[in-house]
Amino acid sequence: MSTRKQKKAQGKAHLQRIIDLCRTVEERGIDPFLVETDDVLKTIREYFPEWGDPEERCLDAEALHELASTIKLQSEWVKHRSTSLYTDPFLIEEKLQRLPKEEIAAIFLKSWRPIVEFEQLSPNSFMEAIRYWQSLAPINERWQRSESLRIQTETTTREELLDQQIIAEREFSQKLETFWEELKQEAKAEGKIEYWSFIGAPTYRETVRRAYLTSFLITYGYATLEIDWLEEIIHIKPFTIPVPTIGKKQAISLPIPITIEDWQRWREGVKT
Amino acid sequence: MRRKAYYAAKLKRATHMLFFKRHRRPGVKGWELRKRLGTDYAKIIALLDRYLEKLDLQVKTVFEEGTPSEKPTREQLDRARVYVTLRGELTPKETKMMGWRIDDIAGLAITISTIISKKGKVPRKEVEDVLRRKLPGWKANVNIDRYIREGYIEGDEREQLYLAWRTRAEVDQKKLVEMVMAQ
Repeated sequence: MSTRKQKKAQGKAHLQRIIDLCRTVEERGIDPFLVETDDVLKTIREYFPEWGDPEERCLDAEALHELASTIKLQSEWVKHRSTSLYTDPFLIEEKLQRLPKEEIAAIFLKSWRPIVEFEQLSPNSFMEAIRYWQSLAPINERWQRSESLRIQTETTTREELLDQQIIAEREFSQKLETFWEELKQEAKAEGKIEYWSFIGAPTYRETVRRAYLTSFLITYGYATLEIDWLEEIIHIKPFTIPVPTIGKKQAISLPIPITIEDWQRWREGVKT
Repeated sequence: MRRKAYYAAKLKRATHMLFFKRHRRPGVKGWELRKRLGTDYAKIIALLDRYLEKLDLQVKTVFEEGTPSEKPTREQLDRARVYVTLRGELTPKETKMMGWRIDDIAGLAITISTIISKKGKVPRKEVEDVLRRKLPGWKANVNIDRYIREGYIEGDEREQLYLAWRTRAEVDQKKLVEMVMAQ
């Protein structure tokens, strides 16, 4: 390889390192003064006469652009340090670590002035409501379709379940983690497990408890549901690491009735 | 008498505009108030603020580029957003009734303080790690998503978190940092 080619290869590697360094500083919020801008500029200048084809010139421009961003960050850094809001991040992290959460909340309440806002019907939501009403099937049709859902259903809250001692407050997160492990274990063979096979338990009470915990596993991204609409079979598929879904995509709500009749039918099925 | 009726009508209009959400975000832009209330809208807002004081509420003007050191210009006022906020403090019991558990509030305080201390930008992973030291693992993620949904923070495609419009409107950032540091 000629000396010129060697120098070119070396130069490209240098520029790439400069780009990576500047990006790391920006992305991780590291002190931008760690980048020696004079040296970097000297390196860029040194290799500049070597560049000929457009790709090389693009790399050179990119390195310059990243350097400019770092200089901007340095300017912001100085500005921030001179403001009254400047505090050493390590010091603040240490303070927050030491404080109990009740105290942190109390401090926050002293500086928090929530906005007063009233919701009301907007033209958009009104139009949406009209569209919904127009596409809604007559009630006698809908009732025919859902004959099995004649049972009076009510929503429950975590507080109510706490009162009935179905779940315990302090261990909830630990329980959820243990339950997730159990799901992973049971679904090990196929990577998924049929919904009722997992939630079904010898007593109705235990079945409801398991269904409730399962709903949390799904909501918090520990598992997902796989539904075969034709066969009407629901599978639970655990994730190896939690995948947060809230706020990232449009969530859908899927009510799964767990009536005593369903449970009895499942029990009969298990016995036979 | 006519003057009194004039201001009473304007006060009513200002109340309707400020209390009821007109857009996706609460609050009203300065130019909207000028258009609907007239050029003396600042006077009407001041009157409303005095009236709301008895109810422990206040009218708050949040400028786009931070509170100006001198008297704001008309352009700055036009671009500013005006909100009605609480004037005093909430008790932990009240916040619970508003759907905020103590964990959520502490998490929000930690998130905001961390972002402020890192010059207004911090990788999401870093905030998650800080929150995980105080909250169960699954809650850290869920809480960050909630803060984003409510407009306290925002994230970008590089997974960096920033303070968002609601923090600027509701939180006295200087006071928060000072109080944390004073502990």
